Amino acid sequence: MPLQGNLRDFSTTQLLNLINLAGKSGTLTFFEGKRTGEVENLGDQKRERIVAGQERAAMSFRSGKLIFAKMTGQDGSLISVLNKAGKLTDEQARIIRERAKNTTDKALALLLINANYVSQNDVVTCIQQHTLDVVYNLMAWNDNPFRLDEDVHPDGSRIQVPIDLENVIIEGARRIREIAELNQHLPNLDMALKFPDNPKEKFKGIHLSVEEWRVVSFVNPKNTIRQIAKANNMSETEIRRVVYGLEQAGLVEMVKPPGMEQAAAGDRRRRPPQKPQVQRVTVNRLIDKIRSI
Amino acid sequence: MQTVKMVITGPFSAGKTEFIRSISEIEVVSTEQNISTDAEKKEKEQTTVAMDFGRITVDDDLVLYLFGTPGQRRFDFMWEILAEGMLGFVVMVDSAKPETFREAKSILETFRAYAPTPYVVAANKQDHPDAWSADDLRIALRIEEGVKLLPCVAKDKESVKGVLLELLYSILEEMDAG
Ligand SMILES: Nc1nc2c(ncn2[C@@H]2O[C@H](COP(=O)(O)OP(=O)(O)OP(=O)(O)O)[C@@H](O)[C@H]2O)c(=O)[nH]1
Ligand SMILES: [Mg+2]
Repeated sequence: MPLQGNLRDFSTTQLLNLINLAGKSGTLTFFEGKRTGEVENLGDQKRERIVAGQERAAMSFRSGKLIFAKMTGQDGSLISVLNKAGKLTDEQARIIRERAKNTTDKALALLLINANYVSQNDVVTCIQQHTLDVVYNLMAWNDNPFRLDEDVHPDGSRIQVPIDLENVIIEGARRIREIAELNQHLPNLDMALKFPDNPKEKFKGIHLSVEEWRVVSFVNPKNTIRQIAKANNMSETEIRRVVYGLEQAGLVEMVKPPGMEQAAAGDRRRRPPQKPQVQRVTVNRLIDKIRSI
Repeated sequence: MQTVKMVITGPFSAGKTEFIRSISEIEVVSTEQNISTDAEKKEKEQTTVAMDFGRITVDDDLVLYLFGTPGQRRFDFMWEILAEGMLGFVVMVDSAKPETFREAKSILETFRAYAPTPYVVAANKQDHPDAWSADDLRIALRIEEGVKLLPCVAKDKESVKGVLLELLYSILEEMDAG
């Protein structure tokens, strides 16, 4: 049962969050969205049905960590990656490519390190950077079909550098520059923020930027996001970006500030919600009845 | 005679009517309307426009009513009316339709705001090959640890019974706590 859907409904950030929290392994593939001309019905909202076309990109995970990513049609081989990062000149890359045609990336890395072309650290950092570049690019996509196959793993010849997803999620969200998207997710700056129930666990091993720390230090159900922005001298977009990143990483949650609850209730002239007068024994009778059906 | 009620809510086509049908002792009084356009028909034939109404009689002086909300937003004026005085509610989610998860979460929040009653989330259509597991749904919908998220097949009476019982247990627990 692969998890599948469309980025229209479920963003890459949310997917990564899911994979991270559930500690999943497998390969997440993104496809070109093929329009069908058919109308799809979501209650009273209608939209065109989009189906999976050609593969566009893929990311692989092991136990909730990112280990590999590729864009279809992009050369992600070790030589290209080192070349792009300036660790190998074009000439060196060309020669090595010729000589090492049938060598796997792993074997090649050993050869290059032994021959003092590059250090082990170079290899690790370059591969990691390449993987992250792919992922960050992909995070701006918003209407591609996707599928997570938990039994598909990258082939063993590739060098896999496990990367913690928390930081990828925060950094990725930071890079989602589209203000429109941010506005859509966070339309109301009059909401407040609170920490999740187990903040210690969530914050463990996470690196926050200075900006993020400044926002985090004001998190309190009494402070609206707008007030936090003001206190920190941040623009609406800046605060949206930070709050969105923190929220997607599960570090803060949105709540209504106390004043707003009252205002909303007042607006609608709603009576305070009344608890039905039901006794334990009644509930127990219902339980017995349902058990016996 | 005492009557108590529970509300079954969730997005369009989540399986609310099916759920009530599986357990109600009376033919469900449904305000279903035939779906007009071909595109919508692909999905299913009928949709609920005002509410579904099911009944479970315990004895001469206790009756449980099950109200199913209409899934479509244009009927959401009915929601608050149905929520009035409910003992608890079930949020049904079509586990095979991630495009409806956001809506499900929003409905959940709306009902939570109506009344501070216990609720459970039913990960419905678990028999569907594309169904997301209950664990994955919990993360996707960001359901807090303390809230029950139950695998469900609304067509199966035993499964429906299980969901209602879990809700009743939560109601008991809340009474004990409060
Ligand atoms: N496979 C499967 N199909 C189900 C299940 N529950 C409901 N369905 C089907 O899903 C479709 C929608 O079910 P309904 O009960 O009409 O959904 P609803 O939530 O009442 O929909 P609205 O009233 O339109 O909001 C129907 O075709 C049902 O037969 C289930 O557990 N498994
Ligand atoms: Mg219905």
